[in-house]
Amino acid sequence: MTMAAIQDRSHADSGTGIVIDGVSHSYGSRHGSGVLALDNINLDIRENEFHALLGPSGCGKSTLLYLIGGFIPIQQGTIATRKGKVTAPGPERSIVFQNFALFPWKTVLQNIVYGLKKQGIGAAEAESRAREFINLVQLKGFENAYPSQLSGGMQQRAAIARTLAVDPEILLMDEPFGALDAQTRRVMQEELRAIWQRSRKTVVFVTHDVHEAVFLADRISIMSARPGRIQHVIDVNLPQDRGEEILERPEFLELSERIWRLVREQAISASRGEH
Amino acid sequence: MYSPILRYVPLLLMLVFWQLLTVSGLVPPEMLPGPLTVAGALWDLIVSGELVTNAVRSLSRAAAGLVAAIVVGIAAGLFMATFRPFRLLVNPIVQIFYPMPKSALIPLVMIWFGLGDSSKIFLIFLGCLLPVIVSTYNGARGVNHFFRWSAASLGATKWEVLREVVIPAAMPDILAGCRTALAFSFILMVSSEFVIAKDGVGFLISSLGDSGTYPAMFAVIFTVAAAGFAADRLYAAFARNQLRWREP
Repeated sequence: MTMAAIQDRSHADSGTGIVIDGVSHSYGSRHGSGVLALDNINLDIRENEFHALLGPSGCGKSTLLYLIGGFIPIQQGTIATRKGKVTAPGPERSIVFQNFALFPWKTVLQNIVYGLKKQGIGAAEAESRAREFINLVQLKGFENAYPSQLSGGMQQRAAIARTLAVDPEILLMDEPFGALDAQTRRVMQEELRAIWQRSRKTVVFVTHDVHEAVFLADRISIMSARPGRIQHVIDVNLPQDRGEEILERPEFLELSERIWRLVREQAISASRGEH
Repeated sequence: MYSPILRYVPLLLMLVFWQLLTVSGLVPPEMLPGPLTVAGALWDLIVSGELVTNAVRSLSRAAAGLVAAIVVGIAAGLFMATFRPFRLLVNPIVQIFYPMPKSALIPLVMIWFGLGDSSKIFLIFLGCLLPVIVSTYNGARGVNHFFRWSAASLGATKWEVLREVVIPAAMPDILAGCRTALAFSFILMVSSEFVIAKDGVGFLISSLGDSGTYPAMFAVIFTVAAAGFAADRLYAAFARNQLRWREP
């Protein structure tokens, strides 16, 4: 990528980040005749926006994320980024998973260095960059700890650091705080929002937690129960700087309530479904 | 928590019971010589150099067969896990051969490879190969796809994912398979030397048995058991060290 392109990316915020065009996906069959998980998804995710995919479990939101990541082959439709059509995983679309995010056989430092070395960065440079990101996610002192020695929150911090360190254009997050306790989750959400404010990556964040989506995102796509469709795309008109105090603001509560009502219908129909 | 010394008290009790049994006269000494007699015979075997020479012969055969089995087994297991045609070809063969007692092949291997070292090494190789293949294959197949996806999304190629993610993630299974193979190598080392050898500990046991020198025979049997035990403990310590990332 040229310098001009990088400049362009850091200034524009209405450009196109990810174009999802007519994507359908089925499980259980090689030829698309199994269980329909995603049905004709059309969605434009803007460049530099924090976009939440919100829906009940089993709605296919993670499947959509994995398709964007290039981890599973696209059966129908196309997904395109600035780099072109998605056909395989790539470091410009890096991901943080809910579980098994880190390599358990590597220390925190080694995990982050691994990603940097894959970008062709030399060992010494990779290590000093890795230490910067360890500081960023406040894990100083845990460089040489193995993931099994860290709490769930610390593991996710390290995973986020590893992903941010490779400087992806697009950050994919698959319910990254889903396994954390409520207090840790709250802290992590605030920190992620603050980190995003500084780095302004395009983020696609999968969650089933309405408050999490409203607190973090600029726009929220609400997905229907299986087969997953985009039911609504909602703008979150909240201040860019979001601290804990925003959770008490009337506009936050109103929007959460409105979105909750929309999600609720889907959750009810999902719970009555066959799966 | 057992202290390491306390853990081996049952072995000591067994020795005491054995000694009492022979002293009591319930068992004729020519059927079961007492531990002190056996210890004396062991000393004689060590001093004469007979035990060491034969043990070195045996252990070098076991090591050659085992190392070859580990190298080939890991490669084959990984190849099976990653390349479907190879899996379809090899899997049924592995499944048939795994439960088959390899010592049943001794006469056949003797015809193929003669009476020299190669027949024993081949038999040990064959016996150790299958547990390594099966555990490597299962380990590599069971690697969580999130690990592979994470590496791919950080920019790893398919080959790098195999080398840097699949192998370390499967390492607990691979190491467990190698431990089984280590035990098999001792068993096959002795049983192959029973039948086809002019030296080695298996040959020593069978020739001492044939000549009725039971104290010396027992001494060799216990030496093999002790060597097998020591090898296993050493290996377990090595494996624990390799897998220390699993300990919280």
